[in-house]
Amino acid sequence: MLKLAWLIPVFPLLAFAVNIFFGKRLKGLSAYLGITAIAASFLISLGIFFSLLHGHAATEVNLNWLSLGGYNFGMGVLVDGLTAVMLIVVTLVSLLVQIYSIGYMRGDPRYPRYYAFLGLFTFSMLFLVVANNFAQIYISWELVGVSSYLLIGFWYEKKSASDAGKKAFITNKIGDFGFSIGIMMIFAYCGTLNFNEVSVCIRNGAMAGPVLTTAAILVFCGAIGKSAQFPLHVWLPDAMEGPTPVSALIHAATMVAAGVYLIARTYFLYDASPTAAAVVVYVGVFTAFFAATMALVANDIKRVLAFSTVSQLGFMVMALGAGGFTAGMFHLTTHAFFKALLFLGAGSVIHGAATQDIREMGGLSGKMKITMVTFFIACLAISGIPPFAGFYSKDEIMVAVFNYSKPVFFIAIFTAFMTAFYMFRLFFMTFTGEMRTKLHPHESPLVMTVPLMILAVLSITAGWLFMQHHAFASLVHYREVLGEEGNRAVMFTSVFAAFFGIALSSVIYYFKLFPSLKERFPSIHKLLINKYYVDEFYDAAFIRPILKFSNTVFKFDVKVIDGAVNNTGIINIILSKLQNIFDKAAVDGAVNGAGNLTRKGGEFLKRIQTGFVQNYLLVIVSGLVIAVIVVMVF
Amino acid sequence: MFLIPFIVVSAIIFAIGVYGALTRRNAIAILMSLELMLNAANINLVAFNKFLNLENNLGIIFPLFVITIAAAEAAIGLALILSMYRQFKSVYIEKINLMKW
Repeated sequence: MLKLAWLIPVFPLLAFAVNIFFGKRLKGLSAYLGITAIAASFLISLGIFFSLLHGHAATEVNLNWLSLGGYNFGMGVLVDGLTAVMLIVVTLVSLLVQIYSIGYMRGDPRYPRYYAFLGLFTFSMLFLVVANNFAQIYISWELVGVSSYLLIGFWYEKKSASDAGKKAFITNKIGDFGFSIGIMMIFAYCGTLNFNEVSVCIRNGAMAGPVLTTAAILVFCGAIGKSAQFPLHVWLPDAMEGPTPVSALIHAATMVAAGVYLIARTYFLYDASPTAAAVVVYVGVFTAFFAATMALVANDIKRVLAFSTVSQLGFMVMALGAGGFTAGMFHLTTHAFFKALLFLGAGSVIHGAATQDIREMGGLSGKMKITMVTFFIACLAISGIPPFAGFYSKDEIMVAVFNYSKPVFFIAIFTAFMTAFYMFRLFFMTFTGEMRTKLHPHESPLVMTVPLMILAVLSITAGWLFMQHHAFASLVHYREVLGEEGNRAVMFTSVFAAFFGIALSSVIYYFKLFPSLKERFPSIHKLLINKYYVDEFYDAAFIRPILKFSNTVFKFDVKVIDGAVNNTGIINIILSKLQNIFDKAAVDGAVNGAGNLTRKGGEFLKRIQTGFVQNYLLVIVSGLVIAVIVVMVF
Repeated sequence: MFLIPFIVVSAIIFAIGVYGALTRRNAIAILMSLELMLNAANINLVAFNKFLNLENNLGIIFPLFVITIAAAEAAIGLALILSMYRQFKSVYIEKINLMKW
C-alpha cells in the first residue's frame, strides 16, 4: 500500500488537467470527475493510514530530479505517520467539500473551472504533504498559494474578491521570502535539502547556534504567512470573499494548516534551537489571543470563523513550539473536521438566508434543522466540551503549554474562554431569537447536508477514536514520546473556561440579560471591529510609501528612461532613412544595373539570330576564308 | 603541269556552289548548289589520285563514297523540302523562319 503513495497527488492532477482543458464540454460531469479522483486518493490514503497503524515502517522514495554542481536535488514521497494523518485530513475534507460544492455552486457559469481549481489545489496540497525535501515543499507551497489566489478571486467580477486574492498572494509572498532564505541557509550549511539528511546534519552539529536559530525562524516565516499568524494574519479574513466551500477547504482545514505541518515536518530545527521554539510559542499565543478578541465583535458569519481559524492555528503553532508535537498535529486534525463543518454550515446558512451578516439572521433553527444541529455540534467541539473532538486535542495542547510556561498557559486558557464565547455568540445570533431577515430561509439540499452530517459525526468521534490505545500518538510523534501525561487540574480549568464562555454568551445573546460588548465598552469595540487598525497601519506604513515610491520611479521612467528610449528611436529612424536612400541609389542601382545590362545585351545580340540558314552559312564561309587566309599568311 | 586546269575547274565549280548556297532563295536550288560543292571536291580527289600515282587508288574509291552519301543526302533533303512545302505551302526559305528570335 505504501508503494502506491505517489498515486495520491496524481489523481487530482489528472482531474485538474481534464477539467481545465475539456471542462466546457464536460459541464456538470466535471464535478463527478473531480470527486472520483479525490475519492480514489482518499481510499489509498486510508489504506496507507491503516497499514502504518498496523506497524508498517515509514518509507521514503527519492528520485533524482536535478544534479547541479555536484549536488543532487530530489523529488520524492515520504510516507510516515505525520504524512498519513495529513493525507487523510486533506483528501477527506476535499472529498466532502467537493460533494458539497455540487449543491453550493449549482448554476455557476464557471462551474467546471471551479472543479479544475479545486483539483489543482488538492494536487498541490497532497504534493506538499508527501514532500521529502525542502525544494519540493517550497514548490508545492507556492502552488497552493496560486490555487488559493485563483479560488479567492474566483468571482473576480467583484472587486473586493480580486483584491482579496491579490492581498492573500502578496502577504503570503512576504512570508515565503523568509522561507526561501531559510532554505538557502540550510542548503549552504548542510549541502542537502532532504529532510532526513538535514535532520542528521543538525544532529551532527554542522549547523548550530545563532545560524540554526536564524534559519529556523526564517522557515517559520513561511509558516507565519501560510498559517496567517501575526503579523501576516491580515489576508485570511479578506480571503472569505471566495466561495464558502473553498473557505472550508483551503482557509480552514488544509492550506492554512500547511504552515503548522511545515513546523512539524521541520521539527528538528526547533528541537535543536530553543530560541526559535520560543519565538514560535510567543507568535502562536499572541496570534491566538489577538485573533480571538477580533472574533468577539465581527458581524460577518464567515469573518468570525476566519478569526477563529487564525486563533486556532495560533493554538497549534503554540503547541508545536512548546514541545507538544503530537498535540499540535492532533488539534490540526480535529480542527480540520469541525472547522470545515462550521464553514460548510455557514455556507448552508448563506445559501438559505442569502446574507452573511449575522445581525440580519436569527431564528433560523426552525427552518434549517440539520444545519443548526451540525453547527451546534461543531461549536461544542471547537469550544472544547467533552467528549467532542476539540476537547481531546485542546486538552493536550493545554498540558503541553502548561509544562512549558505558566503565563502562556493562562493566556491560552483565557483564549479558550473567548473561543467558547464568540462561537456561541455566533450560534445564538444566527439560529435563535426572532427572525430578522425578510427572505424565506430554507434548508439546503441533501448533497449539502450529508457532508455536514459526516463531518458532525467526525467532530464528535474523531478525538475519542484517536485516543484509543494512543493511536494518534503512536503515528505522530517526535522521538519516542508516547502521549503526554494527562493533567487533571489543567483539564478542569480548560473545561471550566469553555463552560463559562458558553454561559456568558448565552446570558448576553440568548437571554439578553446584559448589554453586549458594543454597548458596554464602545471604545474597545471600535478598536476590535477595526481589527486593531492593523490593515490601516500596513496601509500607512508600507503600502502608501511603496505606492509613492513607485509613482516617483514611474515618473522617472516616463521622463528619463522613456525620453532616452524615444530619442534613441528618433535617431534610429533618421539613420534608417539615410540608409534607405543609400540602399535605393547604390545597392538597388547595382542590382538593377546588372539586370538591365544583361537584358540590353540580349536585345542587341538576339538580332544575330535571324532564322535564315543562309546567314549562318555566310558566317561559316567567311570564317573559313578568314581562317585559310590567316594560315596562309602566317 | 596537267593538274592546274583540274584544280581551277574544281575551284570554279565550288565557288559557284558556295555562291548558290548563299544567295538562292529556293530550297531546291540550295540543294543543287550543295551537290555542286561535293562534286567539285570529287574532281579534286580524282585529279590528285592521278597526279600522285597512288598504288591503292584511294582517290578514286573515296569519291564513290562521296557520291553515295550525296545521293542519300539528296533523298533526305528532297524529303525535307517536300514536307516543308506541305507545312508552309512554299519552298522559299525566307518564309521559313521559325527559329528566329
